Amino acid sequence: MDSCGIVDGNGRFAMMIYALIAVIIVGLVWFVFARGLVQTVLMTELLRGLLVTQKTTLRRKETIQFPDESLPVSNRFRGLLALRRYPNGEERCIGCKLCEVTCPALAITIETQPRDDGSRRTTRFDIDMFKCINCGLCEQACPVDSIVSTPEMHYVVTSRGQNIMTKDKLLELGTALEPKLALDRQLIHEGEG
Amino acid sequence: MIEPLLITLLKIVAILALVMLLVLYLILAERKIMGYMQGRVGPNRVGPLGMLQTLADGIKFLHKEIIIPVQSDYLLFMMAPMISLICAFTVWSVVPIALDWVLADIDVGVLFVLALTSLGSYGILLGGWASNSKYAFFGAMRSMAQMISYEIALGFSLVPVLLLAGSMNLTDIVLGQQGGLFCWYFLPLFPVFIVFLIAALAETNRAPFDITEGESEIVAGYQVEYSGFIFAMFFIAEYANMIFVSTMASLFFLGGWLSPVEGVSWFSEVPFSVPPPVWLLLKVFFFLYMFIWVRATFPRYRYDQLMMVGWKVCIPISVIWIVVVSLMVMGGLL
Repeated sequence: MDSCGIVDGNGRFAMMIYALIAVIIVGLVWFVFARGLVQTVLMTELLRGLLVTQKTTLRRKETIQFPDESLPVSNRFRGLLALRRYPNGEERCIGCKLCEVTCPALAITIETQPRDDGSRRTTRFDIDMFKCINCGLCEQACPVDSIVSTPEMHYVVTSRGQNIMTKDKLLELGTALEPKLALDRQLIHEGEG
Repeated sequence: MIEPLLITLLKIVAILALVMLLVLYLILAERKIMGYMQGRVGPNRVGPLGMLQTLADGIKFLHKEIIIPVQSDYLLFMMAPMISLICAFTVWSVVPIALDWVLADIDVGVLFVLALTSLGSYGILLGGWASNSKYAFFGAMRSMAQMISYEIALGFSLVPVLLLAGSMNLTDIVLGQQGGLFCWYFLPLFPVFIVFLIAALAETNRAPFDITEGESEIVAGYQVEYSGFIFAMFFIAEYANMIFVSTMASLFFLGGWLSPVEGVSWFSEVPFSVPPPVWLLLKVFFFLYMFIWVRATFPRYRYDQLMMVGWKVCIPISVIWIVVVSLMVMGGLL
């Protein structure tokens, strides 16, 4: 078979008949029944649905490739807690226990004692991260801006006991993040945070 | 004596390797395209652009324990995925990739294909029954009802093709469509073409006809008790069937390996030509993309809606078109 029937003389005739029949049927259905039926027969709504997904493929992707990328974090973000120091290296905390009192989850345990120079300091400052609900009330209660929420949100414990943030760990975190923490506090204070 | 056997074996290996490679990347392509259609990027961690993702998954399947339920029928439970996989691979023996590029050039190719695709549903039925689990059983029952309904539509939608081609040999059917884009059968048989595509979606248990799996209703249907590599066998069979049905659609309606610009004088001036298997591959990719596209777009049919579409829409349309095409062939119009 070197040529099919459709394109030669006879075939062209067949095509025209096809087109005519199709137009008549579609027109009749349109007039006699409702528009909805034509939509069903021609699957216009299905095609419109297909178009939606096809358009989405060309749109910008929402994926954030997590370990490589991360979402922007607000400077008011309430992540891990930390204890700050003054610029001269002195720890800010004066052991007033306001945070311990205000903590709704009873996550903070503080013991205090006078230091050699007579100032009141904590000897124990433990935060149980299992209990902590990251509400930030301790930060609000602190009169010396010592205990603060940090933007640090990726933390993990691998064995029992690591969930307790001791005073050393809190101070270490606060010292490490101090430039960021100080800047954030300043921005919040100026109303730009 | 031994030489033709060896060549046949080599051909079999080549076809299976090609199918497995296609399956490997079809699974990845599906996940990628579905991701893109949902505003995600899809798997991209294993290898460049996630190219090794499916391979990694396959290795994982091999490592997993095959859990066999105590209450199950051991023999049938193990046989079911094998039946699925064997049927999914065997049908490829009659598929012509280009002129004379076919393993078994038999004159009842269409019947062979229909027979083996029906046989493949035994894998699902036996798998669901042998699992002795209620969701697996539900899945198998649904699958049977669906397969039987849509096999009729599938068979009927192929009758006009056979009428036009005057042959059941797949190579002859393709050769009957020579003469460029407007000679392909999808044009005179457009309604049947659509019915074939819908029935093909249902036959391969793809969305929106995937009520046999229906993960939100019956967990995973017939696959629910399968794990490890016997699950992977079902999985491979499903995707091999998908590629196969796409190939069938290309052969029956889109002129197989024939070029769409065949016979157009302007294109015969072009110094290079696309090899025939590449045309077939492009058409297959088109249908596969459609399958994935439809899956990403439409929600699953309810069981009664599925039956309604099968019996009240697809079968009448194909039957009417059989009559129309028969009359036109008798009248010498086609």
